[in-house]
Amino acid sequence: MLNINKLNKEFESRVRLGIMSVLMVNEWVDFTEMKNLLEITDGNLASHSAALEKSKYIEVKKEFVGKKPRTSYRVTESGKEAFREHLSGLEKLLGK
Amino acid sequence: MESKNYHEDLSHIRLMMERSSRFLSLSGISGIGAGVVALFGAIYIHFVLLQNNISYFDGKKNVFSTELITQLALIGVVILVLAVFSGYFFTIRKSKKINQPIWNKTTQRMLSDFAVPLFAGAVFCFALLYHGLLLFIAPATLIFYGLALVIAEKHTLNDIKYLGYCQIILGSLSLFSLGWGLVFWAVGFGILHIIYGAVMYKKYR
Repeated sequence: MLNINKLNKEFESRVRLGIMSVLMVNEWVDFTEMKNLLEITDGNLASHSAALEKSKYIEVKKEFVGKKPRTSYRVTESGKEAFREHLSGLEKLLGK
Repeated sequence: MESKNYHEDLSHIRLMMERSSRFLSLSGISGIGAGVVALFGAIYIHFVLLQNNISYFDGKKNVFSTELITQLALIGVVILVLAVFSGYFFTIRKSKKINQPIWNKTTQRMLSDFAVPLFAGAVFCFALLYHGLLLFIAPATLIFYGLALVIAEKHTLNDIKYLGYCQIILGSLSLFSLGWGLVFWAVGFGILHIIYGAVMYKKYR
């Protein structure tokens, strides 16, 4: 098919799509919030977010709130761009 | 086959964006509940005023005794508590149904935006009460509440802004016919809430 190359392999999984979608419309989102939004398990979120971080699409911040560690995510500029391209790829594929 | 998957991808993206940025548990029934409470409250106030031989419709500065003012303020608080409670109750129910936690970042953001105009309005109304300008309270509550709704719009269902516009218009109109304040108030907080609630209930069931 024509535009299939435009689709980003990194975003093939639903979980990664979900993470990116949430981060496109929110600044920092923490681990628990993300997990609840996507309705997935801890391990699932951890592995997918690690993959996105590796490709520099998201930024991870670890901090301590009192004694509890808190992990938060934010989308990077290149992540935004990649996601937008992926979206327009999807649109072209589905459009007439 | 494939294209169906992509369709699902797109709707998943949309769902996640909406779910993470908008508070969607606001139930239509909440609106109906709050409206009914407000309507009964307004009718009750009307009778209290009648009992005290005050004809609100004159629009003149009647002499309100301190006792009466306290009584009216008390009724106001009871109406507020009941209305908020009914809103809360049905919203909890809906959030359980769509399986979304009620207390998350989005709710917090919505409430803090909502609270700013309401707080300003509360101060304003207290000042009116303090200066004995009771007739201006009904228009002021309508206008500030309308502003709060318009501001909250970006964190919840878009439709809520139309309710906000209507409240602002009603409040502004009632500024020019002060004697009808209670009626305007009953229409705004009572009937508009009921209509809005019913429309939302049908639309997003």
